[in-house]
Amino acid sequence: MKKANESRPKLAVWKFASCDGCQLSILDLEDELLALASEIEIAYFLEATQTASDGPYDLSLVEGSITTAQDLERIKTVRRQSKALVTIGACATSGGIQALRNFRDVNDFLAVVYADPGYIDTLATSTPIADHVAVDFELRGCPVNKYQLLEVVTAFVFGRKPMIAAHSVCMECKMRGNVCVTVAQGIPCLGPVTQAGCGAICPAYDRGCYGCYGPQDTPAMSAMTDVLDAHGMSRRDIQRILSTFNANATPFLEESQRHGTADD
Amino acid sequence: MKTDAIAQIGESGVLARSDFAKLLSTLQDEGYAVVGPTIRGGAVVYAEIDDESELPIGWTDEQEAGTYRLKRSGVALFGYVAGAQSWKPNLFQPQRTLWTARGNADGFVIEAVAEDMPRQAFLGVRACELKAISIQDHVLADPANPESDYVARRQESFIVAVNCAKAGATCFCVSMDAGPGVEAGYDLALTELIDDVRHDFLVEIGSPRGASIAARLPLTTASGGDIDAAEAVVSETAAGMGRTLNTVGLKSLLQDNPDHAQWDDVAARCLSCGNCTFACPTCFCHSTEDVTTIDGEVAERQQRWDSCFSLDFSYIRGGAVRPGVASRYRQWMTHKLANWFDQFGESGCVGCGRCITWCPSGIDITAEAAAIRDSLRED
Repeated sequence: MKKANESRPKLAVWKFASCDGCQLSILDLEDELLALASEIEIAYFLEATQTASDGPYDLSLVEGSITTAQDLERIKTVRRQSKALVTIGACATSGGIQALRNFRDVNDFLAVVYADPGYIDTLATSTPIADHVAVDFELRGCPVNKYQLLEVVTAFVFGRKPMIAAHSVCMECKMRGNVCVTVAQGIPCLGPVTQAGCGAICPAYDRGCYGCYGPQDTPAMSAMTDVLDAHGMSRRDIQRILSTFNANATPFLEESQRHGTADD
Repeated sequence: MKTDAIAQIGESGVLARSDFAKLLSTLQDEGYAVVGPTIRGGAVVYAEIDDESELPIGWTDEQEAGTYRLKRSGVALFGYVAGAQSWKPNLFQPQRTLWTARGNADGFVIEAVAEDMPRQAFLGVRACELKAISIQDHVLADPANPESDYVARRQESFIVAVNCAKAGATCFCVSMDAGPGVEAGYDLALTELIDDVRHDFLVEIGSPRGASIAARLPLTTASGGDIDAAEAVVSETAAGMGRTLNTVGLKSLLQDNPDHAQWDDVAARCLSCGNCTFACPTCFCHSTEDVTTIDGEVAERQQRWDSCFSLDFSYIRGGAVRPGVASRYRQWMTHKLANWFDQFGESGCVGCGRCITWCPSGIDITAEAAAIRDSLRED
């Protein structure tokens, strides 16, 4: 138990190439935020406050992927200042939707998007944080589940294992009492190959899972795409459903490429 | 002819279709929450119902490996086959908190989790499901190591069984000696009797609790013809099983062939998603996890369903014992059909067919067993 005069662990929250949605999940912890702030010192969190204190930090939460040379250097600085580093969200854990650039010539995008591409200095790829520095834990999701985020922060504060399951969405879908949308309605669903954590939200509203939590710990990709095919998904649609927020996650990437390229 | 005499265990009476709502209201008057079949998400599920109109009246289902569709048919209340999920979640909760530890000046105290125990009446329990409950009793209500929440829910539950009037294409309860007629373990058992001139229910009394409910229903004396008609319903269903599983020598067939090529064959189709285990009415595996609040003042031990298809399930120091999908499917099927005998003295399968219907990939446990058997015959 913590003594009143004991110093609180210092938390830092960092943004790389991302939409900020995962950081916002911290602020979405409306009922728990005061307790969180009283137990840990929020030392660096620009999304929430301009007041920032210097490192080192006990725990760094890192959102976003590496897409620029500057960020590649900055993540190394963050790592050096952090006792523990946890990546949060699809961008930080797999490269995010922006990793679609990895499969095309980034200069083609620049030419289309920017009036004067010469001002843009970017890497050809979007890559997860763990490709560049040691990561202590990866929390999946697009965005992350705020209760899973609280569990991870709490676990690191107390030096215990985070209770975050790596099994399929199907298991939490059945635990929630949903009827399988694939079996009962013929809706293609990525639940069998996708990691749990969302609470099986999409199937609960009669939609197929689209894989925003990335691959489960042992995804059976070939068996999955056989099922998608059997439920009427075209080869192109299979290629595309696996090329979204976790397009760069190896199992999704390889199976997507087995079904053609983005140009098809 | 109304009679007050039909209130003894083993006796039968006839309840007119027009009086069926009285069964629900009598149970509700006794303080039971009636959990029965209703339609949600394109399937028959078991959920709390207030009124007869919520039953899947005039609906049936068509099931095959990996597919389930509802279809309009007739006027029966129980014309569907097995529901999407069994009664397992109502007795063995998917997740619950076992206990709480709260910090105090001396360290901490353990507190039990206070929970209002639901008094449930299960309406429409099929023979295979009754058998599954008895199998789970042997695991979760073992006096040596009882799962307290399960035991309490079980004791409070009132069971209205229904004899199946239709076998689904994935049903094989006859092979597993688990149906389609109910034999024991119910408070009341119904057989829906429908022909050109009647729509009634034969009501059989199976327990003192059942007798006390039956005594308050407008039952008429069952004739020999009524009982014959009910038996005919069951025997016709038994003759219509969509699947068979040859259980002769099945235990040794599976236990003696851990390296059979069929395990790799099924692994290529298996999604390792765990749907079969969570749809199975007898799978009982679960994990416990400890969590803490951010202030460190409260810890909770939580229990949740777990599956032999997850990698973490077999994690011990140094890694997972079953890293490959073939070893996980083999574990599940061999446990269910063979090792269960060594562990509990019976099979762990009741032939309800849920693992076949609700496998998105359509893997068929009866076909997998047959493939191993047939390959050895050819040798």
